[in-house]
Amino acid sequence: MTALLRTPATAVWVVLITATGVSWTLGIQHGTHDHKLASVIILLIAFIKVRLVGMYFMELREAPNVLRGLFEAYCLIVCTLLVTVFLWL
Amino acid sequence: MQPTTTRPSPAVAAKKIPGEEGVWIFILGDVCVFAVFFTYYLVQRSKHVDLFDLSQSALNKNFGAVNTVLLLISSLLVVLAVRAMRGAEQTVAQRLIVGAFLCGVAFIIVKVFEYSERIAAQQIPTTNGFFLLYFVLTGLHLFHLIIGLGVLTALFFLARKADLSEHQWAFFEGGACFWHMVDLLWLVLFPLIFLVR
Repeated sequence: MTALLRTPATAVWVVLITATGVSWTLGIQHGTHDHKLASVIILLIAFIKVRLVGMYFMELREAPNVLRGLFEAYCLIVCTLLVTVFLWL
Repeated sequence: MQPTTTRPSPAVAAKKIPGEEGVWIFILGDVCVFAVFFTYYLVQRSKHVDLFDLSQSALNKNFGAVNTVLLLISSLLVVLAVRAMRGAEQTVAQRLIVGAFLCGVAFIIVKVFEYSERIAAQQIPTTNGFFLLYFVLTGLHLFHLIIGLGVLTALFFLARKADLSEHQWAFFEGGACFWHMVDLLWLVLFPLIFLVR
């Protein structure tokens, strides 16, 4: 079991859990904090997490460039789209 | 005599699509459909910011966070199950898949509590635009998760076999990727609906 855990995916999992804690802390803050800035950071963290799941859990970093490129483009385009709609609509 | 096996060596696996091409057409199509839903949610929110923020404040963020951790644990267990299968450790792989399955079941239980709270507070899909989108989007995700539990069940039975054919390996890896997609969609849905304001 210890040998199974010796993979970059395990380290990525620790990053994912930590990032979830950071997003949750930012999201539950009350008072006069800048909610817009916090929300943009939360969205950016979400798509960094999505990319990590794709690259390390779905093993796309070892996949052909076309498939990896499609996924990377998805993360970038959808994240940019959501942040843009959130800030400017 | 050397046992015959179609288990891919790391060198071979390094250059190929995880799972079958068809699985990836489905996964990429599905995440694109959800991208439209994510955008639609934010467009609707921009039209009724105060209503969405007030309605969102009623949600129990702890339930969403617990469910995120549950899905992340289940995804790691599936990653380890694939590694166990590659190392010919079928029993370990089966146990890891059962663990991932139980995390999925726990997600549903938390969801039942979450929905019960909303319904008890008279916050149902007909209440307003926020709760309509909340129930539709989380419900669609829940539907994917239930299908994912079926996929994990199939992976469990495949993990009982000592030697998988090339097609069975592709199904195993593709099934694992489907489960990761369920996790991935929640990684956006949770912050979008529960946290962004």
